Amino acid sequence: MKHIISIKDFGREEIDSLLARAGAIDAAPQIRQTLAGKQVALLFFEPSTRTRMSFASAVSRLGGTTITVDSVEGSSISKGETLADTVRVVSSYVDAIVLRHPKEGAARLASEFASVPVINAGDGAGQHPSQTLLDLYTIRQSMPLEGIHIGLLGDLRYGRTAHSLAYALSNYDVTLHTIAPPTLELPESLVAELHRRGCTVQEHEDITSLIPELDVIYATRIQRERFPDAASYYNVGESYRITPEILEGHKDGMIVLHPLPRAGEIDPRVDAMPCARYFEQARNGVPVRMAMLEEVF
Amino acid sequence: MKDKPQGLLISPIKDGTVIDHIRAGAALTVLRVLGITGQTDEELSIATNVTSMTGGQEGRKDIVKVSKRELLKEEVDRIALISPHATINIIRDYIVVEKKGVEIPKHLSGIVRCTNAGCITNANEPIKSSFEVTEAGLHCLYCDTVITTDIESHII
Repeated sequence: MKHIISIKDFGREEIDSLLARAGAIDAAPQIRQTLAGKQVALLFFEPSTRTRMSFASAVSRLGGTTITVDSVEGSSISKGETLADTVRVVSSYVDAIVLRHPKEGAARLASEFASVPVINAGDGAGQHPSQTLLDLYTIRQSMPLEGIHIGLLGDLRYGRTAHSLAYALSNYDVTLHTIAPPTLELPESLVAELHRRGCTVQEHEDITSLIPELDVIYATRIQRERFPDAASYYNVGESYRITPEILEGHKDGMIVLHPLPRAGEIDPRVDAMPCARYFEQARNGVPVRMAMLEEVF
Repeated sequence: MKDKPQGLLISPIKDGTVIDHIRAGAALTVLRVLGITGQTDEELSIATNVTSMTGGQEGRKDIVKVSKRELLKEEVDRIALISPHATINIIRDYIVVEKKGVEIPKHLSGIVRCTNAGCITNANEPIKSSFEVTEAGLHCLYCDTVITTDIESHII
Protein backbone atom coordinates (compact mmCIF):
# COMPACT_ATOMS: atom_id res chain seq x y z
CA MET A 1 0.00 0.00 0.00
CA LYS A 2 1.39 3.36 -1.01
CA HIS A 3 0.93 6.65 0.83
CA ILE A 4 2.01 10.13 -0.22
CA ILE A 5 3.11 11.95 2.90
CA SER A 6 6.12 14.12 2.19
CA ILE A 7 8.04 15.30 -0.83
CA LYS A 8 11.13 14.10 1.06
CA ASP A 9 9.98 10.53 0.48
CA PHE A 10 10.32 11.10 -3.27
CA GLY A 11 13.49 10.59 -5.24
CA ARG A 12 14.08 12.42 -8.47
CA GLU A 13 12.91 9.53 -10.63
CA GLU A 14 9.64 9.24 -8.72
CA ILE A 15 9.01 12.98 -9.06
CA ASP A 16 9.77 12.86 -12.79
CA SER A 17 7.49 9.87 -13.28
CA LEU A 18 4.62 11.53 -11.41
CA LEU A 19 5.02 14.78 -13.35
CA ALA A 20 5.07 12.80 -16.60
CA ARG A 21 1.86 11.07 -15.55
CA ALA A 22 0.26 14.46 -14.80
CA GLY A 23 1.40 15.62 -18.25
CA ALA A 24 -0.23 12.62 -19.90
CA ILE A 25 -3.48 13.29 -18.00
CA ASP A 26 -3.35 16.94 -19.06
CA ALA A 27 -2.79 16.01 -22.69
CA ALA A 28 -5.81 13.71 -22.78
CA PRO A 29 -8.48 15.58 -20.86
CA GLN A 30 -11.27 13.05 -21.34
CA ILE A 31 -12.59 11.48 -18.18
CA ARG A 32 -10.48 8.56 -16.99
CA GLN A 33 -11.92 5.67 -15.04
CA THR A 34 -9.00 4.75 -12.78
CA LEU A 35 -11.12 5.37 -9.67
CA ALA A 36 -14.41 4.01 -11.04
CA GLY A 37 -16.38 2.51 -8.17
CA LYS A 38 -13.94 3.90 -5.60
CA GLN A 39 -14.67 6.31 -2.78
CA VAL A 40 -12.18 8.80 -1.38
CA ALA A 41 -12.60 10.54 1.98
CA LEU A 42 -11.54 14.17 1.99
CA LEU A 43 -10.81 14.80 5.67
CA PHE A 44 -10.14 18.51 5.98
CA PHE A 45 -9.68 19.49 9.60
CA GLU A 46 -8.41 22.91 8.58
CA PRO A 47 -9.86 25.48 6.15
CA SER A 48 -8.92 25.00 2.52
CA THR A 49 -10.55 26.01 -0.72
CA ARG A 50 -8.19 25.24 -3.58
CA THR A 51 -6.72 22.03 -2.26
CA ARG A 52 -10.05 20.55 -1.21
CA MET A 53 -11.86 21.51 -4.39
CA SER A 54 -9.08 20.40 -6.69
CA PHE A 55 -8.83 17.01 -4.94
CA ALA A 56 -12.62 16.66 -5.27
CA SER A 57 -12.37 17.57 -8.94
CA ALA A 58 -9.46 15.15 -9.43
CA VAL A 59 -11.36 12.24 -7.87
CA SER A 60 -14.43 13.00 -9.94
CA ARG A 61 -12.43 13.23 -13.19
CA LEU A 62 -10.99 9.81 -12.42
CA GLY A 63 -14.50 8.36 -12.10
CA GLY A 64 -14.53 8.15 -8.30
CA THR A 65 -16.70 9.72 -5.62
CA THR A 66 -15.85 11.65 -2.47
CA ILE A 67 -17.10 11.90 1.10
CA THR A 68 -16.02 15.15 2.72
CA VAL A 69 -15.48 16.27 6.29
CA ASP A 70 -14.51 19.91 6.20
CA SER A 71 -14.44 21.12 9.76
CA VAL A 72 -13.47 19.88 13.18
CA GLU A 73 -16.81 21.08 14.58
CA GLY A 74 -18.76 18.64 12.47
CA SER A 75 -16.56 15.66 13.24
CA SER A 76 -15.87 13.18 16.02
CA ILE A 77 -12.58 15.03 16.67
CA SER A 78 -14.67 17.68 18.45
CA LYS A 79 -15.85 14.93 20.81
CA GLY A 80 -12.26 14.17 21.73
CA GLU A 81 -11.61 11.27 19.37
CA THR A 82 -7.99 10.83 18.39
CA LEU A 83 -6.95 11.21 14.79
CA ALA A 84 -5.67 7.62 14.95
CA ASP A 85 -9.17 6.33 15.77
CA THR A 86 -10.84 8.58 13.20
CA VAL A 87 -8.54 7.30 10.49
CA ARG A 88 -9.02 3.66 11.49
CA VAL A 89 -12.79 4.05 11.30
CA VAL A 90 -12.85 6.07 8.08
CA SER A 91 -10.53 3.50 6.47
CA SER A 92 -13.33 0.98 6.73
CA TYR A 93 -15.69 3.19 4.72
CA VAL A 94 -13.52 4.33 1.82
CA ASP A 95 -10.73 3.30 -0.54
CA ALA A 96 -8.36 6.20 0.18
CA ILE A 97 -8.03 9.17 2.51
CA VAL A 98 -6.92 12.70 1.61
CA LEU A 99 -6.06 14.46 4.85
CA ARG A 100 -5.49 18.07 5.85
CA HIS A 101 -4.77 18.62 9.52
CA PRO A 102 -3.37 21.47 11.63
CA LYS A 103 -0.73 19.30 13.36
CA GLU A 104 2.60 18.61 11.72
CA GLY A 105 3.18 14.93 11.18
CA ALA A 106 -0.57 14.18 11.21
CA ALA A 107 -0.47 12.53 7.79
CA ARG A 108 2.46 10.31 8.87
CA LEU A 109 0.44 9.21 11.89
CA ALA A 110 -2.63 8.62 9.70
CA SER A 111 -0.62 6.39 7.36
CA GLU A 112 0.36 4.24 10.34
CA PHE A 113 -3.24 3.64 11.39
CA ALA A 114 -5.10 3.63 8.08
CA SER A 115 -5.81 0.45 6.18
CA VAL A 116 -6.16 2.41 2.91
CA PRO A 117 -3.75 4.79 1.15
CA VAL A 118 -3.32 8.25 2.71
CA ILE A 119 -2.46 11.40 0.75
CA ASN A 120 -1.24 14.38 2.72
CA ALA A 121 -3.10 17.54 1.69
CA GLY A 122 -1.13 19.69 4.14
CA ASP A 123 -0.26 19.14 7.79
CA GLY A 124 0.07 22.40 9.69
CA ALA A 125 3.33 24.15 8.91
CA GLY A 126 4.72 20.83 7.69
CA GLN A 127 4.42 19.09 4.36
CA HIS A 128 2.09 19.73 1.45
CA PRO A 129 3.41 17.46 -1.30
CA SER A 130 0.65 18.09 -3.84
CA GLN A 131 1.46 21.82 -3.79
CA THR A 132 5.15 21.10 -4.35
CA LEU A 133 4.43 18.72 -7.20
CA LEU A 134 2.15 21.18 -8.94
CA ASP A 135 4.78 23.91 -8.48
CA LEU A 136 7.37 21.67 -10.15
CA TYR A 137 4.88 20.71 -12.84
CA THR A 138 4.18 24.37 -13.64
CA ILE A 139 7.89 25.17 -13.91
CA ARG A 140 8.43 22.15 -16.12
CA GLN A 141 5.65 23.27 -18.45
CA SER A 142 7.82 26.27 -19.30
CA MET A 143 11.39 24.99 -18.99
CA PRO A 144 13.44 21.97 -18.00
CA LEU A 145 14.20 21.66 -14.30
CA GLU A 146 17.93 21.80 -15.00
CA GLY A 147 20.38 24.69 -14.97
CA ILE A 148 17.79 27.27 -14.00
CA HIS A 149 17.85 30.11 -11.48
CA ILE A 150 14.88 30.23 -9.13
CA GLY A 151 14.14 33.14 -6.82
CA LEU A 152 12.16 32.36 -3.67
CA LEU A 153 10.62 35.58 -2.40
CA GLY A 154 8.71 36.55 0.74
CA ASP A 155 8.25 34.76 4.04
CA LEU A 156 10.72 31.93 3.69
CA ARG A 157 10.89 31.13 7.40
CA TYR A 158 7.31 30.02 7.95
CA GLY A 159 6.19 29.37 4.39
CA ARG A 160 5.92 25.60 4.05
CA THR A 161 5.45 25.76 0.28
CA ALA A 162 8.84 27.44 -0.13
CA HIS A 163 10.52 24.88 2.14
CA SER A 164 9.11 21.88 0.30
CA LEU A 165 9.77 23.36 -3.11
CA ALA A 166 13.37 24.20 -2.19
CA TYR A 167 13.88 20.65 -0.96
CA ALA A 168 12.33 19.11 -4.07
CA LEU A 169 14.39 21.37 -6.35
CA SER A 170 17.55 20.12 -4.65
CA ASN A 171 17.01 16.91 -6.64
CA TYR A 172 17.85 18.95 -9.73
CA ASP A 173 20.78 21.08 -10.87
CA VAL A 174 19.29 24.46 -10.05
CA THR A 175 20.49 27.61 -8.29
CA LEU A 176 18.21 28.88 -5.56
CA HIS A 177 18.17 32.59 -4.76
CA THR A 178 16.41 33.57 -1.56
CA ILE A 179 15.03 37.07 -1.02
CA ALA A 180 13.38 37.53 2.37
CA PRO A 181 12.87 40.24 4.98
CA PRO A 182 15.16 40.06 8.02
CA THR A 183 13.89 37.41 10.48
CA LEU A 184 11.89 35.70 7.73
CA GLU A 185 14.87 34.09 5.95
CA LEU A 186 14.96 30.41 5.05
CA PRO A 187 15.73 28.46 8.26
CA GLU A 188 19.45 27.78 8.68
CA SER A 189 18.83 24.07 9.16
CA LEU A 190 17.11 23.90 5.76
CA VAL A 191 19.88 25.89 4.05
CA ALA A 192 22.43 23.49 5.57
CA GLU A 193 20.41 20.51 4.33
CA LEU A 194 20.15 22.00 0.83
CA HIS A 195 23.92 22.51 0.80
CA ARG A 196 24.45 18.92 1.93
CA ARG A 197 22.30 17.82 -0.98
CA GLY A 198 24.58 19.72 -3.35
CA CYS A 199 22.24 22.62 -4.03
CA THR A 200 23.57 26.15 -4.53
CA VAL A 201 21.71 28.65 -2.36
CA GLN A 202 22.42 32.38 -2.61
CA GLU A 203 20.84 34.86 -0.22
CA HIS A 204 19.90 38.37 -1.37
CA GLU A 205 18.39 41.40 0.28
CA ASP A 206 16.83 42.91 -2.78
CA ILE A 207 15.22 41.40 -5.86
CA THR A 208 15.65 44.32 -8.27
CA SER A 209 19.24 43.65 -9.27
CA LEU A 210 18.53 39.93 -9.45
CA ILE A 211 15.65 40.09 -11.93
CA PRO A 212 17.75 39.69 -15.13
CA GLU A 213 19.24 36.42 -13.76
CA LEU A 214 16.03 34.65 -12.76
CA ASP A 215 14.11 32.04 -14.75
CA VAL A 216 11.44 31.63 -12.07
CA ILE A 217 10.16 33.94 -9.34
CA TYR A 218 8.28 32.05 -6.65
CA ALA A 219 6.52 34.63 -4.46
CA THR A 220 4.96 33.64 -1.15
CA ARG A 221 2.58 35.39 1.16
CA ILE A 222 4.00 37.56 3.91
CA GLN A 223 1.62 37.28 6.81
CA ARG A 224 0.56 40.30 8.80
CA GLU A 225 0.92 38.43 12.12
CA ARG A 226 4.68 38.05 11.60
CA PHE A 227 5.17 41.78 12.22
CA PRO A 228 4.85 43.80 15.42
CA ASP A 229 2.74 46.56 13.86
CA ALA A 230 0.89 47.51 10.70
CA ALA A 231 3.52 50.07 9.64
CA SER A 232 6.44 47.61 9.56
CA TYR A 233 4.24 45.05 7.78
CA TYR A 234 3.30 47.65 5.18
CA ASN A 235 6.92 48.74 4.65
CA VAL A 236 8.20 45.20 4.23
CA GLY A 237 5.22 44.23 2.08
CA GLU A 238 5.91 47.10 -0.29
CA SER A 239 9.56 46.18 -0.77
CA TYR A 240 8.70 42.56 -1.59
CA ARG A 241 5.90 43.34 -4.00
CA ILE A 242 6.17 42.16 -7.60
CA THR A 243 5.15 44.93 -10.00
CA PRO A 244 5.54 45.41 -13.77
CA GLU A 245 8.25 48.00 -12.97
CA ILE A 246 10.25 45.55 -10.82
CA LEU A 247 10.04 42.98 -13.58
CA GLU A 248 11.56 45.28 -16.21
CA GLY A 249 14.58 43.67 -17.83
CA HIS A 250 13.56 40.11 -16.96
CA LYS A 251 14.81 37.16 -19.01
CA ASP A 252 12.78 35.93 -21.94
CA GLY A 253 10.60 33.07 -20.76
CA MET A 254 10.83 34.01 -17.08
CA ILE A 255 7.73 32.99 -15.10
CA VAL A 256 6.15 34.27 -11.88
CA LEU A 257 4.52 31.73 -9.55
CA HIS A 258 2.61 32.07 -6.28
CA PRO A 259 0.87 29.31 -4.30
CA LEU A 260 -2.12 31.68 -3.72
CA PRO A 261 -4.00 33.16 -2.03
CA ARG A 262 -2.01 36.35 -2.53
CA ALA A 263 -2.27 39.29 -0.19
CA GLY A 264 -0.75 42.07 -2.22
CA GLU A 265 2.57 40.36 -3.02
CA ILE A 266 1.82 40.56 -6.73
CA ASP A 267 0.43 43.70 -8.30
CA PRO A 268 -2.78 42.83 -10.23
CA ARG A 269 -1.24 44.58 -13.25
CA VAL A 270 1.18 41.65 -13.49
CA ASP A 271 -1.78 39.30 -14.14
CA ALA A 272 -1.94 40.38 -17.78
CA MET A 273 1.78 39.87 -18.42
CA PRO A 274 2.84 36.65 -20.19
CA CYS A 275 5.11 35.75 -17.27
CA ALA A 276 2.17 35.52 -14.83
CA ARG A 277 1.58 31.79 -14.34
CA TYR A 278 0.02 31.61 -10.89
CA PHE A 279 -3.51 30.96 -12.12
CA GLU A 280 -2.18 28.29 -14.49
CA GLN A 281 -0.32 26.91 -11.47
CA ALA A 282 -3.59 26.68 -9.49
CA ARG A 283 -5.28 24.97 -12.44
CA ASN A 284 -2.45 22.44 -12.56
CA GLY A 285 -3.56 21.26 -9.13
CA VAL A 286 -6.14 19.05 -10.80
CA PRO A 287 -3.96 16.97 -13.19
CA VAL A 288 -1.20 16.72 -10.58
CA ARG A 289 -3.63 15.51 -7.91
CA MET A 290 -5.16 13.10 -10.43
CA ALA A 291 -1.66 11.70 -11.00
CA MET A 292 -1.13 11.39 -7.24
CA LEU A 293 -4.43 9.54 -6.81
CA GLU A 294 -3.55 7.17 -9.64
CA GLU A 295 -0.19 6.62 -7.98
CA VAL A 296 -1.73 5.27 -4.75
CA PHE A 297 -4.48 3.17 -6.35
CA MET B 1 47.11 17.33 61.51
CA LYS B 2 45.40 14.11 60.55
CA ASP B 3 45.69 12.76 57.01
CA LYS B 4 42.63 13.10 54.84
CA PRO B 5 40.71 9.79 55.18
CA GLN B 6 41.12 7.56 52.16
CA GLY B 7 38.67 5.05 50.75
CA LEU B 8 35.37 4.91 49.01
CA LEU B 9 33.03 7.84 49.28
CA ILE B 10 30.08 5.53 48.81
CA SER B 11 29.90 1.93 49.80
CA PRO B 12 29.52 -1.03 47.41
CA ILE B 13 26.09 -2.43 46.63
CA LYS B 14 25.06 -6.08 46.77
CA ASP B 15 22.72 -6.19 43.78
CA GLY B 16 21.86 -3.48 41.29
CA THR B 17 23.47 -1.08 38.85
CA VAL B 18 26.37 1.30 39.11
CA ILE B 19 26.33 4.05 36.54
CA ASP B 20 29.85 5.38 36.41
CA HIS B 21 31.61 8.12 34.44
CA ILE B 22 28.50 10.27 34.27
CA ARG B 23 29.35 13.77 33.12
CA ALA B 24 30.12 15.84 36.21
CA GLY B 25 26.96 17.48 37.47
CA ALA B 26 24.58 15.31 35.46
CA ALA B 27 23.70 12.71 38.12
CA LEU B 28 20.46 14.38 39.07
CA THR B 29 19.36 14.46 35.45
CA VAL B 30 20.15 10.75 35.21
CA LEU B 31 17.92 10.12 38.22
CA ARG B 32 15.14 12.16 36.67
CA VAL B 33 15.16 10.21 33.42
CA LEU B 34 15.23 6.93 35.35
CA GLY B 35 12.09 8.08 37.13
CA ILE B 36 13.80 8.01 40.52
CA THR B 37 12.32 10.66 42.78
CA GLY B 38 11.93 11.23 46.49
CA GLN B 39 8.71 9.26 46.26
CA THR B 40 10.29 6.03 44.99
CA ASP B 41 11.86 3.42 47.24
CA GLU B 42 15.15 2.54 45.54
CA GLU B 43 18.24 2.49 47.72
CA LEU B 44 20.53 5.07 46.15
CA SER B 45 24.04 6.36 46.43
CA ILE B 46 25.04 9.43 44.48
CA ALA B 47 28.45 10.98 44.13
CA THR B 48 28.88 14.19 42.22
CA ASN B 49 32.03 15.95 41.09
CA VAL B 50 34.31 13.19 42.33
CA THR B 51 37.81 12.75 40.93
CA SER B 52 37.87 10.63 37.84
CA MET B 53 40.89 8.41 37.30
CA THR B 54 40.24 8.43 33.56
CA GLY B 55 40.11 12.18 33.14
CA GLY B 56 36.59 13.02 32.09
CA GLN B 57 35.32 16.56 32.30
CA GLU B 58 38.24 18.39 33.93
CA GLY B 59 38.98 15.19 35.85
CA ARG B 60 35.55 15.07 37.50
CA LYS B 61 32.62 12.72 37.17
CA ASP B 62 29.37 11.67 38.83
CA ILE B 63 28.43 8.17 39.97
CA VAL B 64 24.98 6.76 40.70
CA LYS B 65 24.42 3.42 42.42
CA VAL B 66 20.93 1.97 42.38
CA SER B 67 20.28 -1.13 44.47
CA LYS B 68 18.06 -4.00 43.35
CA ARG B 69 17.50 -2.61 39.87
CA GLU B 70 19.09 -3.60 36.56
CA LEU B 71 18.59 -1.01 33.88
CA LEU B 72 16.57 -1.72 30.74
CA LYS B 73 17.91 -0.89 27.29
CA GLU B 74 15.53 2.05 26.97
CA GLU B 75 16.87 3.47 30.21
CA VAL B 76 20.46 3.03 29.08
CA ASP B 77 19.61 4.86 25.82
CA ARG B 78 18.33 7.80 27.83
CA ILE B 79 21.56 7.91 29.84
CA ALA B 80 23.58 7.87 26.61
CA LEU B 81 21.88 11.10 25.55
CA ILE B 82 22.90 12.77 28.81
CA SER B 83 26.35 11.31 29.16
CA PRO B 84 27.70 9.39 26.18
CA HIS B 85 30.81 8.25 28.08
CA ALA B 86 28.92 6.71 31.01
CA THR B 87 29.44 3.04 31.85
CA ILE B 88 26.85 0.65 33.20
CA ASN B 89 27.95 -1.99 35.70
CA ILE B 90 25.49 -4.68 36.67
CA ILE B 91 26.21 -5.97 40.16
CA ARG B 92 25.08 -9.32 41.56
CA ASP B 93 26.19 -10.36 45.01
CA TYR B 94 28.84 -7.60 45.11
CA ILE B 95 30.41 -8.80 41.85
CA VAL B 96 30.36 -6.91 38.57
CA VAL B 97 28.75 -9.45 36.24
CA GLU B 98 28.44 -7.11 33.27
CA LYS B 99 30.16 -3.89 32.32
CA LYS B 100 29.21 -1.95 29.24
CA GLY B 101 29.43 1.48 27.73
CA VAL B 102 26.40 3.35 26.53
CA GLU B 103 25.68 4.15 22.93
CA ILE B 104 23.15 6.53 21.45
CA PRO B 105 20.99 4.35 19.20
CA LYS B 106 20.31 5.40 15.61
CA HIS B 107 16.61 5.61 16.36
CA LEU B 108 14.94 6.89 19.53
CA SER B 109 11.35 5.87 20.13
CA GLY B 110 9.43 7.44 23.01
CA ILE B 111 12.60 8.74 24.64
CA VAL B 112 12.65 12.43 23.69
CA ARG B 113 9.74 14.84 23.45
CA CYS B 114 9.57 16.87 20.23
CA THR B 115 10.25 20.56 20.82
CA ASN B 116 7.69 21.55 18.20
CA ALA B 117 4.43 22.26 20.03
CA GLY B 118 2.59 21.74 16.74
CA CYS B 119 3.97 18.21 16.25
CA ILE B 120 1.36 15.46 16.27
CA THR B 121 3.47 13.52 18.81
CA ASN B 122 2.63 16.24 21.35
CA ALA B 123 -1.10 15.78 20.79
CA ASN B 124 -3.22 13.20 22.56
CA GLU B 125 -2.54 10.39 20.11
CA PRO B 126 -1.57 6.76 20.75
CA ILE B 127 1.95 7.12 19.34
CA LYS B 128 5.46 7.50 20.70
CA SER B 129 7.80 10.24 19.57
CA SER B 130 10.23 9.01 16.96
CA PHE B 131 13.64 10.49 16.17
CA GLU B 132 16.51 9.47 14.01
CA VAL B 133 19.90 10.44 15.34
CA THR B 134 21.79 12.44 12.72
CA GLU B 135 24.97 14.51 12.69
CA ALA B 136 22.85 17.65 12.77
CA GLY B 137 20.88 16.50 15.84
CA LEU B 138 17.72 14.55 16.59
CA HIS B 139 15.39 14.56 13.60
CA CYS B 140 11.68 14.09 14.37
CA LEU B 141 10.28 11.57 11.91
CA TYR B 142 6.81 13.05 12.21
CA CYS B 143 7.32 16.81 11.82
CA ASP B 144 10.96 17.07 10.62
CA THR B 145 12.03 19.27 13.54
CA VAL B 146 15.73 18.86 14.30
CA ILE B 147 16.66 19.23 17.98
CA THR B 148 20.23 20.46 18.14
CA THR B 149 20.62 21.87 21.64
CA ASP B 150 19.57 21.09 25.20
CA ILE B 151 18.48 17.57 24.32
CA GLU B 152 18.68 16.61 28.01
CA SER B 153 15.73 18.71 29.04
CA HIS B 154 13.50 17.05 26.44
CA ILE B 155 14.12 13.49 27.58
CA ILE B 156 10.83 11.94 28.65
